[in-house]
Amino acid sequence: MQPALDVRDLEVAYTVRGIPRAVLRGVTFEVAPGEAFGLVGESGCGKSTTAYAALRYLPRNGAITAGQVLVDGKDITGMDAETLRRFRAREASMVYQDPGQALNPSLRIGRQLIESFTLLGQSKSEAAESALRALRRVHIAAPSSVMDRYPHQLSGGMLQRVVIAMALACNPKLLVLDEPTTGLDATVEAEVLELVKELRRETGAAVLMIAHNLGIIRDMCERVGVMYAGKIVEHGPAGAVFDHPQHPYTVGLLRSLPRRGARKHQRQLATIPGTLPLIGSILPTCVFVDRCPLADETCRTVEPPITDLGGGRWTRCHYPERIGELAAPEPSVDIAMLAPSAAGDGLLELSQVSKTFRQRGADIPALVDVELRLAEGETLGLVGESGSGKSTLAKTILGIESRDEGGTVALDGKAVAGSTMARSADEKRAVQMVFQNPDSALNRAWSVRRILTRAVRKLTGVKGEAANTRVEQLAAHLRLTPRHLDLKPRQLSGGLKQRVAIARAFAGDPRIVVCDEPTSALDVSVQAAILNLLADLQAEQRTSYVFITHDMGVVRYLADRIAVMYLGRIQELGPTDEVFNGPNHPYTEALLSAVPSVDGQTRERIVLSGEVPTPANPPAGCVFHPRCHRMIQGVCDVAEPPLVEVRPGHSMRCHIPIEDLARLQQADTLGVGA
Amino acid sequence: MKRYILGRLLQTVITLWILATVVFFLVNVLPGNPGRTIYGNTAPEVVVEKYNRQIGYYDPAITQYGRAMKQLFTLDYGNSWRFNKPVSSVVWPAFGRSAKLAILALILTVPIAILAGRFAAKRRDSLLDRTIVTTGLATSSLPEFVTGSLLLYLFCVKWKIFKAFADPPAGTSFFGQWRYLLLPAIAMAIVYFGYVARMTRAGVINALNADYTRTATMKGLSPRQVMNRHIMRNALGPTIAVVAVQIGYLFGGLVMIETVFNYSGIGSLLLKAIVQKDMPVLQATIIMIGLVYMLATLAADLLIAWLNPRILLKAS
Repeated sequence: MQPALDVRDLEVAYTVRGIPRAVLRGVTFEVAPGEAFGLVGESGCGKSTTAYAALRYLPRNGAITAGQVLVDGKDITGMDAETLRRFRAREASMVYQDPGQALNPSLRIGRQLIESFTLLGQSKSEAAESALRALRRVHIAAPSSVMDRYPHQLSGGMLQRVVIAMALACNPKLLVLDEPTTGLDATVEAEVLELVKELRRETGAAVLMIAHNLGIIRDMCERVGVMYAGKIVEHGPAGAVFDHPQHPYTVGLLRSLPRRGARKHQRQLATIPGTLPLIGSILPTCVFVDRCPLADETCRTVEPPITDLGGGRWTRCHYPERIGELAAPEPSVDIAMLAPSAAGDGLLELSQVSKTFRQRGADIPALVDVELRLAEGETLGLVGESGSGKSTLAKTILGIESRDEGGTVALDGKAVAGSTMARSADEKRAVQMVFQNPDSALNRAWSVRRILTRAVRKLTGVKGEAANTRVEQLAAHLRLTPRHLDLKPRQLSGGLKQRVAIARAFAGDPRIVVCDEPTSALDVSVQAAILNLLADLQAEQRTSYVFITHDMGVVRYLADRIAVMYLGRIQELGPTDEVFNGPNHPYTEALLSAVPSVDGQTRERIVLSGEVPTPANPPAGCVFHPRCHRMIQGVCDVAEPPLVEVRPGHSMRCHIPIEDLARLQQADTLGVGA
Repeated sequence: MKRYILGRLLQTVITLWILATVVFFLVNVLPGNPGRTIYGNTAPEVVVEKYNRQIGYYDPAITQYGRAMKQLFTLDYGNSWRFNKPVSSVVWPAFGRSAKLAILALILTVPIAILAGRFAAKRRDSLLDRTIVTTGLATSSLPEFVTGSLLLYLFCVKWKIFKAFADPPAGTSFFGQWRYLLLPAIAMAIVYFGYVARMTRAGVINALNADYTRTATMKGLSPRQVMNRHIMRNALGPTIAVVAVQIGYLFGGLVMIETVFNYSGIGSLLLKAIVQKDMPVLQATIIMIGLVYMLATLAADLLIAWLNPRILLKAS
């Protein structure tokens, strides 16, 4: 059978400062009709370029320098502009990352969707009918009202459905998905992925999917290609590649993931030493040679051939039989002491903490009666969908937002003021923060040395030569070399920038560091290095973390206890293992089931219906009941359950008794992970 | 939208009130005795006194302020101290002349500048783009009286194509006027062309790089459809805002052009009123110019909000 997409020895170059620089260095793969193929790899490996090249959409400075792209047998590399336009209108479509940006902000949804149909030659009224049908097909409940809206009036999940509806307008033979769920909440991501699966079955379109999240690729794709520096280095059925990788890069990538329930006191995450070669570098031999632990003279002189491993698998490595020699990392510090100990004295204690915002005269409760304790050297993970109040809670602890009257935040048993301004220097120094995006958290006009010196001076009051010495010690501690100190943030990679941001937070030996999604913008191997660093610092300095994340693997690895938030309330709070093993609050259950795992799905995905309600107008009774799959009519919609301790150290806000939850959940699953 | 329009209208009224108040204080702070100004140094004190009392010069400040507010809403500023006739019969004709010139200049500048900016953006970094950008920058950095004088010399003195006096004689037909007005309008257009063109170019480049433009291209729309349906709407916001501010400027700030071309617009009237201490005319012209400024920006804001409804969200 003719493949739906056939990419042969594709080479793409970007011209930078007048010189064409290679980005793709001979990419070859096929996607059969009705099949889904995934491309994975870290940023800069060329996976997105490949996706866009499959529809011949390249940046202004990009050009296909060699190779062919055949879609349904037609070579699109040689098409003239008009033929290419018709090809895009009728035969291939794309779904993009960040649907909020992908739709025109100043045109109504209806107009943008109808346009896709008029392009197929339908009349205005036919197209309007088709658009309504298309919206129903992606399960949008009130299609005609959605047609009248502007993009900014819809949620991310709704927008992505609209983009999918648009992409399917022409019943494409090829559908390219570029990070379609990045930036969406886990539960929304689950919905979108289910929708894509369903539509794939319905339309039989071939799918090329790009994602940095390996779990999504495993869940969605039959076959996968692992890319590195513009080449596919390993290829095969998704399950086989992720379970038994046969290329050193794939091994490194998978080992850097916190998976199979790994915890920080059990093993350190592997990192891949070195950095990705720059685009345009001349790589005559193996592209991975500089970072490969197995590399020898042959690897440096001879380009590895494609080694066929049978069953549709191949690897571009000289020594696939030596993969077993790749050693697991040796911990650099005694990680055993990171094991959760019996909860000591409360370093930080929150009681009855609420935060109400006022907007146009209406009260918007963003936090409601939060009770928390954090011990020295402990990590508390905060999870929940966007709008659940995680960030507000973090800001309230830091004093960036002042809590409502009546609540207390105590540090070492001593109550502190609501606002940072009213706190003493010691109290300020004790609680520090690391932000999600180091680009905007660091002053880009300053050198690293100046950023850190200022932090040391402000937080410790140390001045002059002593401050300089302290900065150098701090940098060394954070594995930054003296060379890095004289660079500006823009000269550093994402991982190094985040390291500087962490160094800034640690400048005054804080007791508590609040980390707001510190690794969500980073590649997995870089994320591993940052998580290791945070764990090391904790082992050495007994620092406590409040760790906000949406990544369940990360929170399981790093956190000792987890608080699950929904609509400003803590719904469940307990030790990490108990929260992951269940029985859980139904919301936690849904959240956990939504996460696609690189080790394959172990339980049925619970798709939450509807959207997160607005905090300004929370539902009566249990705030989660409208979306809850275990809702009891007449109970859950009447009274809000209190947060009660169901087991020692494990609390929940649910009307259903823990024994019943255990029984119900037992029936649905055999437990997640190992 | 309704809420936004009401809000913006209220803002306009408040700004106008603040402007009128500031003008009132300026007029009262400036030295000068209206009776003496009108009747001259030789007039007997009695006559001066009588006149001053008549116009309420000795009234308490609050009464005078009340009168200024009433004038603001009726736009009736009484008699000019210099021309001995109602202010309206002095200001309106000048305003009309300025409007004629300004509108002609806008018609010449805006469409061409937008097209040029759009063209430059589409072919950015090409020779044509650089030519448009550099020429625009050069012409807008020349003061308008230099451009005006140069044009005057070339077209009126050397080649004698246009009239050197911009004021058409009474009775000139509507279309006959262009020979008089075109040259000053071109002088103004040359100055503003670069500004508008560069603004448009920046807006279009921004929109060209946006994700929604990629979506539109991938849908299979032709480049022209992408440009007309998806890009321009989003790209024109800053251009419209700039044009609005310029409309205000074209009405009030053209003393130089008016002087070079001997054109008695509202700019020269304002200058004359200041020099001659003709307070009612001064007040009326400032308010008129302010009014044009505010109506232009109001219209621009509403147009921008209509093109890009996200603005409404940010504003509320």
